[in-house]
Amino acid sequence: MENRAIFSGRLLACLLVFPQLAISLIFFYWPAAQAVWQSFLVQDAFGLSTEFVWFENYVNLLKTPEYYHAIGTTFLFSLLVVFFSLAIGLLLAVMANRNIAGVQIYRTFLIVPYAVAPAVASVLFIFMFQPGLGMIARALQRNGIDWNPVLNGTHAMILIVIVSVWNQISYNFLFFLAGLQSIPKSVIEAAAIDGARPARRFWTIVFPLLSPTTFFLIVINITYAFFSTLGIIDTATEGGPNGSTSTLVYKVFLDGKAGSDLGGSAAQSVILMIIVIALTAIQFRYVEKKVHY
Amino acid sequence: MALRHFGAATAVALAVGLGSSPAFAVTEIQWWHAMTGPNNDVVVKLANDFNASQSDYKIVPTFKGGYADTLNAGIAAFRAGNAPGIMQVFEVGTATMMAAKGAIKPVSELMKEQGEKFDPQSYLPAITGYYSTAKGEMLSFPFNSSSMVMWVNLDALKKAGIDAPPKTWPEVFADAKKLHATSPTCGFSSSWITWGLIEQFSAWHNIPIGTKANGLDGFDTVLTFNNPLETKLLENLVELQKDKSYDYSGRTNTGEGRFTSGECPLYMTSSAFYPNVKANAKFNYTAVPMPYFPEAKDAPQNSIIGGASLWVMGGKSKEEYKGIAKFFTFLSDTDRQVYLHEVSGYLPITKAAYEKTKASGFYEKNPILEVPLKELTNKPPTENSRGLRFGGMVQMRDVWSEEIEAALAGKKSPKEALDAAVSRGNQMLRQFERTATK
Repeated sequence: MENRAIFSGRLLACLLVFPQLAISLIFFYWPAAQAVWQSFLVQDAFGLSTEFVWFENYVNLLKTPEYYHAIGTTFLFSLLVVFFSLAIGLLLAVMANRNIAGVQIYRTFLIVPYAVAPAVASVLFIFMFQPGLGMIARALQRNGIDWNPVLNGTHAMILIVIVSVWNQISYNFLFFLAGLQSIPKSVIEAAAIDGARPARRFWTIVFPLLSPTTFFLIVINITYAFFSTLGIIDTATEGGPNGSTSTLVYKVFLDGKAGSDLGGSAAQSVILMIIVIALTAIQFRYVEKKVHY
Repeated sequence: MALRHFGAATAVALAVGLGSSPAFAVTEIQWWHAMTGPNNDVVVKLANDFNASQSDYKIVPTFKGGYADTLNAGIAAFRAGNAPGIMQVFEVGTATMMAAKGAIKPVSELMKEQGEKFDPQSYLPAITGYYSTAKGEMLSFPFNSSSMVMWVNLDALKKAGIDAPPKTWPEVFADAKKLHATSPTCGFSSSWITWGLIEQFSAWHNIPIGTKANGLDGFDTVLTFNNPLETKLLENLVELQKDKSYDYSGRTNTGEGRFTSGECPLYMTSSAFYPNVKANAKFNYTAVPMPYFPEAKDAPQNSIIGGASLWVMGGKSKEEYKGIAKFFTFLSDTDRQVYLHEVSGYLPITKAAYEKTKASGFYEKNPILEVPLKELTNKPPTENSRGLRFGGMVQMRDVWSEEIEAALAGKKSPKEALDAAVSRGNQMLRQFERTATK
């Protein structure tokens, strides 16, 4: 039997694939190639003088201790954000999946935070956590905790993790809830009749059946923590104090935009791209095997 | 009848057509700026007034976001071959603009070419110094300038038994301790940490931040602010930070609310904070000059400016340059400067405007607005207090702040932090020097 039963010729197939390919080429491959090219150049802000320097930008980068510090910060930050946003999202989804009165209202409220722009979320939290002014900061200080994210790196890290997690929970909640609702009730009921307690039912039946959702969300959340938290960091801490919340993507932004160091910034973004490609590849190669579809 | 009407109508149409024909020859000049709120209204009013005063040129002001955003928008537009005629750039972007030969047109050259009357001597020297080459050639047109002052909560001082606002650093340290006893979280704090504690501090004490007249003489400059006096300041602050007699409030002005809320009774920040204090402070307040170390020989010298200036972009048509030159002459007008000063709270940029405001008795009612002017004109500027021009200043300020934060958090000694700030800054200067157009 013929495999190409649907399309009679190549032309139509190519034509149909073309828009997708064109979009990928224009909006992904072309800028990525530009970044690689830019990373070999040393240029002034206005682009008036350009010098081709091969790998000098990379070498300079790998010589700066702050860069390694930023790598460490990024991994710590991403780990915390991914773990807490998934865990809390799952917890809320499980709770909102029960048959209780007004469940639709709860669900709606849990989704709303996703509509808040990261920078706005950041500002809201800054107000609450600003030493001396914020409600939460004052409460902490009254209880003997010397809260000060402008000077204490750990506090600053906690602050941006809270904002980033808060901003992402709704998204995870939504997917987990959809995942939970697609699990056949009959399976769970059968387990309940067999005498399995709720916790056991959850870990042996529900959680494994959620694994495709969880896997998808891990990939999305890692990308989120690596790239999309830029606005939050910029508004909440500006990478400070003393670089303790300066993640890789924030450094790319800072050096490229504020510093007009396009070559160095491009080199950083190329390395960042490689790290994220590698992480995603590892996940699909190893983690995906544990997923039951 | 119908025909006569037709004829009349044609005549009217022709007259209108002829009358408005010069409108087609109006040269539009784009002015990109970063002013928000009431100061945006001032920009719009200036443009409208200028447009109404003549019919050959039309200034079109466009808000482009914050200072850094405006600078980036201008750079991007230039790279795309579409730069505006006039760009407002904040003071720390000066080196970036200046290094781009061909991208910009020096203001003094423009005014000379266009035959507009232009005398750099008529401007306040502390302002012109910042925007001129070492030879005195003015590169950009000063627009909104401010300086740094110390804001004082007089009620809190009284409560702590302090008679007068502190004048010297040792007095500030002592008062901060006393004030801290009455205010649990903070005695003294500051915004714009590198502007205040490195840049202004050096100018005010007549010591250099870097070689080559703080970079004004060339880009092959080396930073030198890891000197004993600067180290002493940081050591004292680190000591006070331990019990929060001094409490760090961040790199930019996000902590300014701590003054208006009454939390930090002594607060160093921009004089442009004035409208905010006026609107929000529910206590008696004043502003005094920045403190100094009495043992420093020349202190206090004069302060340096913050704010922004207007840069003229290169490669524009003759008509556009003519219009821009006329617009700058229009802006320099004494009455206009007096008005700008009184409504915006920014400083008057010409000596005449300052004198006129003084003569009108304005400062008797608003003494706080004269404090930054007194600081700027305290003494004739020296090589160390004329201003500064370091490449990559925006990014460098972040690096300096990082190191100061490390010291205040107790991770590095003040000396180590300043040494690191200097050496990391020097690396950035070498990178900048390499790409600056020769």
